[in-house]
Amino acid sequence: MSSAIQARFRIERRDFSLAVDLTLPGRGITALFGHSGSGKTTCLRAMAGLERAADGYFAIGDEVWQDEAAGRFVPTHQRALGVVFQEASLFPHLSVRGNMEFGQKRASTAGLRFALPEIAELLGIDHLLERNPAQLSGGERQRVAIARALLAGPQILLMDEPLAALDLKRKREILPYLERLHDELSIPIIYVSHSPDEVARLADHLVLLDTGKVVASGPLTETLARTDLPQAFADDAGVVIETVVAAHEEDDLTQLNFAGGSIYVTSCSKATGHRLRCRIHARDVSLALEKPVATSILNVFEGEVSDIGATDTPGHVLVQLHISNTPLLARITERSRKALNLHVGKQVWAQVKAVALLG
Amino acid sequence: MESTDLAAVWLTLKLATVVTTLLLVVGTPIAWWLARTRSPFKGMVGAIVALPLVLPPTVLGFYLLLTMGPNGPLGKLTQALGLGLLPFTFPGLVIASVFYSLPFVVQPIQNAFEAIGERPLEVAATLRASPWDAFWSVAVPLARPGFLSGAILGFAHTVGEFGIVLMIGGNIPEKTRVVSVQIYDHVEALEYTQAHWLAGGMVLFSFVVLLGLYTFNPARRKAL
Repeated sequence: MSSAIQARFRIERRDFSLAVDLTLPGRGITALFGHSGSGKTTCLRAMAGLERAADGYFAIGDEVWQDEAAGRFVPTHQRALGVVFQEASLFPHLSVRGNMEFGQKRASTAGLRFALPEIAELLGIDHLLERNPAQLSGGERQRVAIARALLAGPQILLMDEPLAALDLKRKREILPYLERLHDELSIPIIYVSHSPDEVARLADHLVLLDTGKVVASGPLTETLARTDLPQAFADDAGVVIETVVAAHEEDDLTQLNFAGGSIYVTSCSKATGHRLRCRIHARDVSLALEKPVATSILNVFEGEVSDIGATDTPGHVLVQLHISNTPLLARITERSRKALNLHVGKQVWAQVKAVALLG
Repeated sequence: MESTDLAAVWLTLKLATVVTTLLLVVGTPIAWWLARTRSPFKGMVGAIVALPLVLPPTVLGFYLLLTMGPNGPLGKLTQALGLGLLPFTFPGLVIASVFYSLPFVVQPIQNAFEAIGERPLEVAATLRASPWDAFWSVAVPLARPGFLSGAILGFAHTVGEFGIVLMIGGNIPEKTRVVSVQIYDHVEALEYTQAHWLAGGMVLFSFVVLLGLYTFNPARRKAL
């Protein structure tokens, strides 16, 4: 079940075209990220078989669901997949339990098998089973939709901006459940989103789409650290660092360890040993040639400049440096770059003004 | 009430029940097709279904009479099958009524199917329901108000028809003489008391049906 996903679609419409050719990991969360009109939803719908690409190939491992060259197209209802749409789209004539059992009753023996109570517990909806969908909050509805999709025994879970229709409070309510899915499911999840925050928090693999074409596809941390993709993230450019909670210190700070050292953040509630993702925006990193002394900034790292690229912001450049193996992005002015004479291979000190904890 | 009146009432109810049942069977696939198709023929089929709404029943009855008559295509077919001719029989009346009441059943169901949209059916497909399965387990339950409206309107409209009955069914007691024709007979014979009983009953029946429709199913008022 961990074999790779092959997806190749070519769709031509009057006002839109999609041409993608992707090899995606068969595990973890792959984010399809792009602005509206980038083709990410169409790509997801093509994977689900809800949209038929005239020229298309889609396979998970050795299970081929579409191969137009061989005249093969498995209709959606015969594909062992789960889809979660932007709106929960629960069936209003069925109870929560009825909705969850809809796919479970019809599931084939392939794919994941869950018991209903197990999934209800995983998504925190066990107390809602006998309710009508109309009685649920937006966040609860979306959790039921996820549970319903999982109970149908999918080999792959496709999520189309599952949080986009929810307010911030509901998003925060659902995100931990999505992280649980990520940790506990052995099937791949394709996650369509236009929110850099969600992608940074959830994804393992990132696919950047723009006007129907793949701009970049690769592991999340590597892809986010690229200097040639600033237009995709604009002001949100920045890296994600995987850390482990190392210690909670007396002065309300928490030490997080990563491959290149330690980061101090405001005390967080996660237990020692817990894995935690941090996001460091390029705009929050400044560079110096000598080790800053007498500074209020706690997180200072020594690294080597590995790349310099343009940004969307006039007069600014994006500098990629590596702190041992961990990449970091800094957005500085062109004037500073010249003044510091920054070039690839130069040793610098990075001062990190802010670290966002994801989770 | 005379026994002929009772026979007319019974025949009317029997006709309306048979016609409504047939209309649900025939009308549902037409409504489904009209609601979902992108075919260029959609407008034409929709217009044909709606014709009885604007045509005088006598016009429809006239053409149906010709079609079912000894020289009409349907008449030739029924004769070849040894069934005889349909005009002035109960089955003939049923067929004519099905055509006449078709839009009253198709349109509410079509509106209900259209209101569901694509999404619930897509969701059903992602949950392993075949199109046939999704139709019965999702589309029909969600379109229930449309089916209710269609059935009530089809039934009530069949009970209330007159022109087409005269053209196709004539006025044969216990075979084709329905309430509306019986009232006409009473009035012709100046039997106003009997006419009052039946006519008043029809008014009451129609009112109760519409009251039920509007009270229990307010969302469908627009569909009328």
